[in-house]
Amino acid sequence: MTRSTFFRTSLRRSLIATAVGATVAATAVSNTAMAQERELLNSSYDIARELFSAINPEFQAWWQEEHGEEIAISQSHGGSSAQARAIMQGLRADVVTFNQVTDVQVLADAGLVAEDWQDAFDNNASPYYSTTAFLVRKDNPKGIESWDDLAKEDVQIVFPNPKTSGNGRYTYLAAWGFAENEFDGDEEKIQDFMRTFLRNVAVFDTGGRGATTSFIERGIGDVLISFESEVNNIRSEYGSDDYEVIVPPVSILAEFPVAVVGENAERNGNSDLAQSYLEYLYREDTQRLLAGFNYRVHDETVVAEFADQFPDTELFEVEDVFGSWEEAMENHFEGGALLDQLQRR
Amino acid sequence: MSQLALWRSDSARVLPGFGLSMGISVLFISLALLLPITGLFGQLAGLSLAEYWAIITEGRVVASYMVTIGAAAVAALVNAVFGLLLAWVLVRYEFPGKRLLDALMDLPFALPTAVAGITLATLYAGNGWMGSLLESLGFQVAYTWVGIALAMAFTSIPFVVRTVQPVLEDLPAEVDEAAMSLGATDGVAFRRVIMPHLWPALVTGTGLAFVRSLGEFGAIIFIAGNMPYETEITALMIFVKLQEYDYAGASAIASVVLFVSLALLLAINIWQGRFVRRLHGGKG
Repeated sequence: MTRSTFFRTSLRRSLIATAVGATVAATAVSNTAMAQERELLNSSYDIARELFSAINPEFQAWWQEEHGEEIAISQSHGGSSAQARAIMQGLRADVVTFNQVTDVQVLADAGLVAEDWQDAFDNNASPYYSTTAFLVRKDNPKGIESWDDLAKEDVQIVFPNPKTSGNGRYTYLAAWGFAENEFDGDEEKIQDFMRTFLRNVAVFDTGGRGATTSFIERGIGDVLISFESEVNNIRSEYGSDDYEVIVPPVSILAEFPVAVVGENAERNGNSDLAQSYLEYLYREDTQRLLAGFNYRVHDETVVAEFADQFPDTELFEVEDVFGSWEEAMENHFEGGALLDQLQRR
Repeated sequence: MSQLALWRSDSARVLPGFGLSMGISVLFISLALLLPITGLFGQLAGLSLAEYWAIITEGRVVASYMVTIGAAAVAALVNAVFGLLLAWVLVRYEFPGKRLLDALMDLPFALPTAVAGITLATLYAGNGWMGSLLESLGFQVAYTWVGIALAMAFTSIPFVVRTVQPVLEDLPAEVDEAAMSLGATDGVAFRRVIMPHLWPALVTGTGLAFVRSLGEFGAIIFIAGNMPYETEITALMIFVKLQEYDYAGASAIASVVLFVSLALLLAINIWQGRFVRRLHGGKG
């Protein structure tokens, strides 16, 4: 994915370079002055394509109105860890809009993003959020309502591999958080629950879209677990009669962090643009647009408007249960850590 | 035979510009092959021997070696049998559509492996054409190690066919006719006359198919199911390490695959050299 992103970007860059070259040549001939368009590169997660294709034109129009400047916005999509790696290896993205705090943190550790990036924007620099929810087949034949139903004997689950997917990590942590609450922190019972839960997984795809294919196209499993936004989008795309969305009463808060890649934005001469672009995500109109894509937002007015769309759920944060993302990664997902132990047979 | 002597004495005249062409070859090999491998070992430099050992012997990784090697072996053996058969049919018989079949043999090379993987998974999943049929007979292919072997066999079959084919073409049908006119039965003619000529090519092709299968990722990942300890391949373990920003760990596991592949290729080369020498009565 990294390579294709690179390729796409470099291809796009060379296309733009050609276009700019042609423009310069044309300018020289016709002798009309023409300013070079500024270009903002947003590096984002895999399933945000449609979202940002909707937001970008709005921002461009707004910027044009406010500053009288025409700008171009490019998008690069891929698994957010792969995106972070690409940026560390030289992809000159101005801003990142990820679905994983750890992936922005990696950039901060590498010095590409300001250390206090979570304070740079409201709500821990997460303009919108979601949670982990279930997609079940028509009429919910297995009667799945919450996490404990997923650890029953005859239930088959599909969600992406926590080792390769941020989406999968959220699912694992959500199930753990539920068990922690349910069994009052009794470590043995929690681990038993998690073992059964993991044993019920029918297929471990490497990413969210792969898991969707397994569940929808291949007909595998009784439940697909993914972000609430994603399961709602899947349901509206593949038929609201064939699937049902179940939001469990307790689940995890999934943040979608954003940050300016300071060094790149400065070098590209885009610092002001990058900052405005991310601030723009917090405006009422944009929040409404985000809610339309089934993401939960913070804007009070919009929250009230969309109250029916998002069931009341008790959302816990990673920090509440696991201390910090760093600790969660270290204790659960690293080689030989809890996830590996629980899956050992 | 006297190939070596020929190369040494006459090369300057037979191949003009030897110095230049050799120089370009070495440069190309260095840039295309040796540089990336050096990079791989560069990543390893940050690990102590104990750390390296811990990474490559971690339970889940070891399980992935077993799955990968087992499935690759099955795929290679199946390909040895069917690849030989295909090559035989393509060389010895004339039939309508022969050219098409011949061209089809290269399809696995031409097709992006991810496309192959998705296609196979669609076909062999429980609700696919083949999958539903096989499942009614009690066989599950997709999301088991059988699916992994299937994907490996698909991507590596051309290696066997394309190495055996030219050797068979050099072996005229008169040879087996002569053997049979001298009283050999079909079986004996095949075993004692034809196979000795084919062995080196067949073993090389099978070996290449095996090594190719060890490194395959795209085609397998969609059909494997990727269950820890059961259907995880080594290439996925490398991918997982990269996902965790653990470049050194990824390189460590990659180096194991590299060593195994190199050792195997070297072994095949040495064996082949010996075999050819024995076949020509020690003269070569």
